[in-house]
Amino acid sequence: MHVVLSISAKRLALGLATLLAISLIVFFSVELLPGDLAEAVLGQGATPEAVAALRHELGLDRPAAVRYMAWVLDLLHGDLGRSLATGRSVAELVADRLGNTVVLALAAAAIAMPLGVGLGILSTVYRGRAFDRVASTASLAGISFPEFFTAYMLVAIFSVKLGWLPAVALVGTGESWLQRLVVLTLPALTLALAVVAYVLRMTRAAIVGVMAAPYIEMAQLKGISPVSIVIRHALPNALSPIINVVILNLAYLVVGVVVVEVVFVYPGLGQLLVDSVSKRDIPVVQACCIIFAATYVLLNLLADVLSVLSNPRLKRPRQQV
Amino acid sequence: MNILGKLNRAPLSAKIGIGILAINVICVLFAPWIAPYAEGQVVGDPWAPGLVGAPEGDLAPTTLLGTDHLGRDVLSRLIFGARNSILIALLTTTISFSIGITCGLLAATMRGTVDQVLSRIVDVMMGFPTLIFALMVLAILGSSIPVLIGVIALLDATRVFRITRAVAMDLEAQDFVEVARLRGESIGWIMRRELLPNAVSPLAAEFGLRFCFVFLFIATLSFVGLGIQPPTADWGSMVRENAAAISFGILMPLFPASAIALLTVAVNMIVDWAVASTSGVRNDN
Amino acid sequence: MTIEQRVISMHPAVNREVILDIRGLEMEGFSGGSWHKIVHGLDLTLQRGEVLGLIGESGAGKSTVGLAAMGYARSGCRVTGGTVLFKGQDLLRMPAAERRRLRGLKIAYVAQSAAASFNPARRLMDQVIEVAVTRGGRSRDEAVRDAQDLFHRLALPNPETIGFRYPHEVSGGQLQRVMTAMAMACRPDIIIFDEPTTALDVTTQVEVLAAIRRIVEEFQTAAIYITHDLAVVAQLAHRIMVLRHGRLIEEAPTRVMLAHPQHEYTRSLWAVRKLAKDPEPRGDELLKVRGLLAHYGTVPVLEDVTVEVERGRTVAVVGESGSGKSTLARVITGLLKPASGEITFFGEQLPRAVKDRSKEQLRRLQMIHQSPDASLNPRHTVREVIGRPLEFYFGLSGQRREQRIVQLLDMIELSSKYLDRLPSALSGGQKQRVCIARALAANPELIICDEVTSALDQLVQEEILKLLLRLQGELSLSYLFITHDIATVKAIADRVVVMHKGRVVQQGTKAEVLTPPHPAYTKLLLSSVPDVDPDWLNRLLAARQPAVSSVAS
Repeated sequence: MHVVLSISAKRLALGLATLLAISLIVFFSVELLPGDLAEAVLGQGATPEAVAALRHELGLDRPAAVRYMAWVLDLLHGDLGRSLATGRSVAELVADRLGNTVVLALAAAAIAMPLGVGLGILSTVYRGRAFDRVASTASLAGISFPEFFTAYMLVAIFSVKLGWLPAVALVGTGESWLQRLVVLTLPALTLALAVVAYVLRMTRAAIVGVMAAPYIEMAQLKGISPVSIVIRHALPNALSPIINVVILNLAYLVVGVVVVEVVFVYPGLGQLLVDSVSKRDIPVVQACCIIFAATYVLLNLLADVLSVLSNPRLKRPRQQV
Repeated sequence: MNILGKLNRAPLSAKIGIGILAINVICVLFAPWIAPYAEGQVVGDPWAPGLVGAPEGDLAPTTLLGTDHLGRDVLSRLIFGARNSILIALLTTTISFSIGITCGLLAATMRGTVDQVLSRIVDVMMGFPTLIFALMVLAILGSSIPVLIGVIALLDATRVFRITRAVAMDLEAQDFVEVARLRGESIGWIMRRELLPNAVSPLAAEFGLRFCFVFLFIATLSFVGLGIQPPTADWGSMVRENAAAISFGILMPLFPASAIALLTVAVNMIVDWAVASTSGVRNDN
Repeated sequence: MTIEQRVISMHPAVNREVILDIRGLEMEGFSGGSWHKIVHGLDLTLQRGEVLGLIGESGAGKSTVGLAAMGYARSGCRVTGGTVLFKGQDLLRMPAAERRRLRGLKIAYVAQSAAASFNPARRLMDQVIEVAVTRGGRSRDEAVRDAQDLFHRLALPNPETIGFRYPHEVSGGQLQRVMTAMAMACRPDIIIFDEPTTALDVTTQVEVLAAIRRIVEEFQTAAIYITHDLAVVAQLAHRIMVLRHGRLIEEAPTRVMLAHPQHEYTRSLWAVRKLAKDPEPRGDELLKVRGLLAHYGTVPVLEDVTVEVERGRTVAVVGESGSGKSTLARVITGLLKPASGEITFFGEQLPRAVKDRSKEQLRRLQMIHQSPDASLNPRHTVREVIGRPLEFYFGLSGQRREQRIVQLLDMIELSSKYLDRLPSALSGGQKQRVCIARALAANPELIICDEVTSALDQLVQEEILKLLLRLQGELSLSYLFITHDIATVKAIADRVVVMHKGRVVQQGTKAEVLTPPHPAYTKLLLSSVPDVDPDWLNRLLAARQPAVSSVAS
C-alpha cells in the first residue's frame, strides 16, 4: 500500500504547488499593468492626489510580497476583497453565482458521463460496424462545434420553432424546482452534448488501445466471446484512463460553463467573470480565476489519485517468488 | 498523381472535409474579389432577410444571406471574416508550434535540469484552465490582436511541448541518437538532423488538431466579446453582435456559427483520415 | 521415465488418427498498401499425440500457419484458400461461434511472450481456469484444484499459491509454464506452442523445455511447436517441417532430418555453429578496464570488473540478461558514468563521460548496436549515414567524401547503387553492414559490438561474422564482442569473459573457458545451450538429476 500512498502524496504535493503557482500568477500578473491598478481604475485624467489616495486605500503603497501574503491570508478566510466597479464585497457577489454554476455543471455531468462512457463501450463492442461509424462521425461533429453553435441550434429548434423551452435562463430566487429545471434544460443539454462526444471518443480510444494488446489476442484464442472480451478483459485495463477521462471532462465542464452562461444569460460565475474582464474589475477577475483554477486543479488531482488506485501493478508491488 | 490517387480513395468524410477547406482557402486568398460588397459597407436595413430563409411573398431580397444588425451584407462579412479568423488562428498555431517544438526537442535532448524546469513550468500552466488564463491576461492587458495571438500561442505551446517531448523522448531512446552522441555531435545537430525529421509526421496531424482548437478558442473569445474587436469582420464576433436576433426568430447568427462549425469539422475529418491512413489498415478478426 | 523409454516414445506408432489436416493453405498479408501472398499452398497433418516441429527464420510464415491451425488470422492477414480440418470439420468454413467454442477447449495456444499475453489486471488463476469453468463444465473448485495439480507437474514453485498472484509478480520462465498449464486446463487435443522459450535466457529455457515436454507426453497431447531454433525443436518434436517464405522446404522425422538434411537451406539453419576462429597469440594492450563499479540508481550493475582488449584481437563478453555485459559497453563508451574504476585506451586514461572525451578519443572507439533498425535514422540515406563520420572526423567533403563512401561500401560488400536508399529499403543484413561501414568510416582502433548478430537470421549471422573476421584481418581491428550466444563466441573470440550478476566469473583464452573444468556458473551456462542433437536434453536431465528445478534462480 505504501507505493500508492507515496505516489498520491507526490501528486498532492504537485497539486498544491500548482495552486501556489496559480495564486502567484493571479496576484502578480496585475503588476504587469502599465502603471498600477490605481491608475488603471481612475484612468488618464486623474489627479496625482486621487491616484495616491486610491493607492493607499488599496494598500498599493506596501511592498508586493507583503500584499501577496495578506491577500492569500484573506483568501483563506473567505475575504475576496471589494469590487472596483460596484464596491460590493466580492465574496457576496461570488457566492450567489457559484451555486448556480455548480448546479448547471452537475446537471450536465449527470446527463453526459453515463451516456458518454456507455456509448463509448458500445462503440468498442460494435467497432467497425454501423453503430460505431455513426457514433464516431456524430461525436467528431460534437467536439468540433463551438458551444455557442450548439446552443443557438438548440434555441432555434426548441425555443424559436417549437416554443417548448425558454431561450434565456434567467433565474431569480422565487422559482420552484420545476421552473428551475425547465430553465436549466437547454444550457445543461448544450454542455452535455459536447462532453458526451469527448467522453465517448476518449472511452473508445482507451478501450481500443487495450484491444491491441497481446493478452486480448490470447483471450480470442481461448475462445472468449467478443462481448466478454471487452467487458472482462479489456475494460479492467482501460479503467484508469476512463476514470481520467470522466474527471478531466468534469474539469472541462467547469470551464465550459463560461460560454454557455453567456449564451443563456445565466447568472453564474462564468458570466460574472466575462463581465468583470470587460469592465476590468480586477479583484472580481482574480477571485473567479482562483475559484475556477482551484476546482480544475483539484479535479485533476483526483483523476491522478484514482488512476493510481485502479492500477493493480501499483496496488501489489512485485515480490520475489 | 500519387496524391490525387490517394484523394480518390479517401473516404467520403475526408472528401467533404477537403471540399469545405478548399472553399475557405479561396475566401481567404481572394476575399476582396469574391465578396459582393465591401467589409463595412451598409447595404440595407438591419436584419433584412436574404434569398435564403426569406418569408414567402416578401419583397425581392437584394442579398443572399440578408444583412446584419447594422445592415451590412452577411455574405460579404462572412467572406472577409474567413480571412481574419483563419489567418489569425493560423499565425497563432504556427507561433505556438515554433515555441512548443523547440522547447520539446530541447527538453528531450538535454534531459536533466532543462527538461525538469521546462516540464514543471508546463505542468503549472496546464494546471490552469486555458480559457481562464486567457481571460485573466486579457483583463489585465486589454484585448488587442497582438495580445490575443501572443497569449493563445503561449498557452497552446504547452500542449505542443508535451507532445513533441513525448515523441522526441521515444526517438531519443533509439540507438541512432546514441550513435550520434557517441560520435560527439552537438545538441543542435541531434535536434535538427536526428530528431526533427522523424517527428514531423506525427506532429503534422497534431497541427490540424491544434489549429482547430486555436480557431475555436479565438471564436469563443470573440463571442464573449473579448477577442477580435469590431469593426473587423470575424465569425465569432458576428455571432455575438447578432445573437439577440435569434429571439425574434431570425436565424442570421446561425450563419457565422455554422461557418465556424463547418471549418472545424472539415479539418477534424481530414486529420482523422490522415491519421488512419498512416497508421495502416486494421481489420478486426 | 528412463532414457530408453523416451527414445522409444520419440517414434510414435505410425498411422494413428489424424486430428489436424491442413490442405493447400493459402494466406495473404497486407503490407505497403496491398495484399501479398505469404503462405503458398501448404499441407500439414498432425496425428493424435504427435509433436510436430515447425521451424523457419523470420518471415517464414510459421506463426501465421500456427494460428491458421486454430482458424485464426491476425489483423493484416487473411486466408485465401485451402482447408483446415480438425477432426474432419473445416475450421475455416464453420460459423464463427462454433469455431470459437473449439478454441481453448479443444485447441489451445501458448504465446511467445507470456508476460504480454497474460492480462495484467487479473490474477493468474482466474485466467488459467476461465475456459474450464465457463465452457468446460467444471466447478470453480475443481478447476482450481486441477490447475494446482498442473502447476505441480510443471515444477512451478509454490503450486498452491502461485495462481493467486498477478502476472507482474511472477518471473518470465514461470509465467511461460503457467501459460502451458492454462493451455492444458481443458485437456485439449492440440496445443500450438509459438516460440515459447525464445524470450528466455538459456538456463531458464532448459527448465521450461523440460516441463513442456513432460506434460505434453503425460497427457498424450498433440502439439505444433513453432521455433527458429533447430536445437530446441529437436528435443521435443517427433517430426519437423522446415518453412521458408511460406513454402515447405523439407519434412522428415526429427532424427532423419538432423542426420541427413536433404536441403542446403536446412543445413544453413545451424550455420553459425560451424564457424570457429583459430585463436591468435596475445597482442599489445589496447584497452584496459580496471575495477569498474557502476550503479543504476542505487542498484549495483557492475562490481569490480577488470577486462583487457589487445590490438587486433577479439574479446567476447558472454552472459545472460542482467549479467551486466551491455552495461559494461555503456560504461566503456562513456554513456554511463562508473562510480569508480578506470578505463585506459590507446595509452591514455579516458574521461568517464562521453561529453568530456576528445574527438580523437571518440573516433578511435566505435560501437555497433544490436538492432540495425533502431541504430539507423529512418530519414537518412546510406550516403548520409556513412558520409557523416567522414565529414565530422576528417572534414571530407565533395568528391573525396564520395570516393571514400564508395570505398567503404565496397569493404562491406555492398554496391554503390545503395547510396541513395533509405534504411527501409534495405534488408536486415544490409542494414547491419551499413552500420559496420559507419563504424569503419571513423578509422577506429576498437569496435564494441553489442549483440550485433542476435537480431538476424542464422544465414545472415554467418555472413556478418565472416565479414567482421575478414575486416579484422585486413585492418587489424580489435573487437569487444558482447553476446549471449555460445556459438557466436566460438565463431569469433580469441579471449572470453564470462559475466554473471554484474561480476566477471571467469576469463581467459577461448580454450581455457570452453573446456572443463569450469567454475559452477560457466558450467551451468555452457551445459544449458542446446545441441542440434535429439538426445541432448535427456542427457542433460540425467546428468543434472535429481534436482532439475533448482538449477537456475
